[in-house]
Amino acid sequence: MKEISLNILDIAKNSVKAGASRISVIITEDEETLKLEISDDGCGMSPEMVQNVTDPFCTTRTTRKVGMGIPLLKLAAEQTGGGFSIASSDKPDDHGTVTSASFYKNHIDYTPLGDVVSTVTTLIQGSPDTDWYFLHRFTGSGKSVELDTSQLRAVLGEDVPLDSYEVLKWIEDSLNEEYSEANAD
Amino acid sequence: MKSLEELAAIRDKMKSKVVLREGTGEIRVVVGMATCGIAAGARPVLNAFAEKVSEAGLSEKVTVSQTGCIGICQYEPVVEVFEAGKEKVTYVKMTAEKAAEVVEKHLKGGEVVTEYTISTAVS
Repeated sequence: MKEISLNILDIAKNSVKAGASRISVIITEDEETLKLEISDDGCGMSPEMVQNVTDPFCTTRTTRKVGMGIPLLKLAAEQTGGGFSIASSDKPDDHGTVTSASFYKNHIDYTPLGDVVSTVTTLIQGSPDTDWYFLHRFTGSGKSVELDTSQLRAVLGEDVPLDSYEVLKWIEDSLNEEYSEANAD
Repeated sequence: MKSLEELAAIRDKMKSKVVLREGTGEIRVVVGMATCGIAAGARPVLNAFAEKVSEAGLSEKVTVSQTGCIGICQYEPVVEVFEAGKEKVTYVKMTAEKAAEVVEKHLKGGEVVTEYTISTAVS
């Protein structure tokens, strides 16, 4: 993957597939590190599945017997000297998955974060009925970029879907505006 | 965040169009967005379709959606076009530029862009 944002797009889709009603993508960044956490309230995985999930020959897909999504994220993190972890529960009253990865930004093998705004709009376009929460915190400046689609849905009401182009465009512009404010000195 | 009033204005504008939207989806554009598709560059292809379909005023006729792995990873980004009463068209090795051309010629003009279909591009 050329950008970490593409890993995010790929991994968050696992949460959609797990039937999650709410999915959070949280990025915490300082001068040296970038931490990523994707959490959901989906069906979760059995302890055996969690054990095997970093193995590329473990997959839910039906078209072939390899699944590269998780291994690629793990590799992207570990090749910078960072780490990867996944925790999941499939208990009926407490289920969901948290996938975390940390990166050292100054390492030569660090892949840039890339176009994370495009990843967020693509996720919403693909799964407009999910509640998406996105937070990107810059701990150095204390600034952050935040989006909660449940707030947008409260404004839009029942009739206007989040995946209509005008709404997606508004989300894109809104996030870009927040980023330019967060990155301004 | 941009003002929520702007979003409310979009809502009001769209609500008036909702009635027209019923009975839509004559054409379905499906972009493969599994790991293979994403790694090969499907994200800009999907966004190009969404943008160009809206710009061409085709939103009422065309729906753009995402799917998992279609099974031909070596030809990603793969885009399938489904139209009632017609055979499925599979475009391979797509880019945002090719997507714009497909919207203009195929979705708007009704002419399949044979150059980019699996039967031509692969043989």
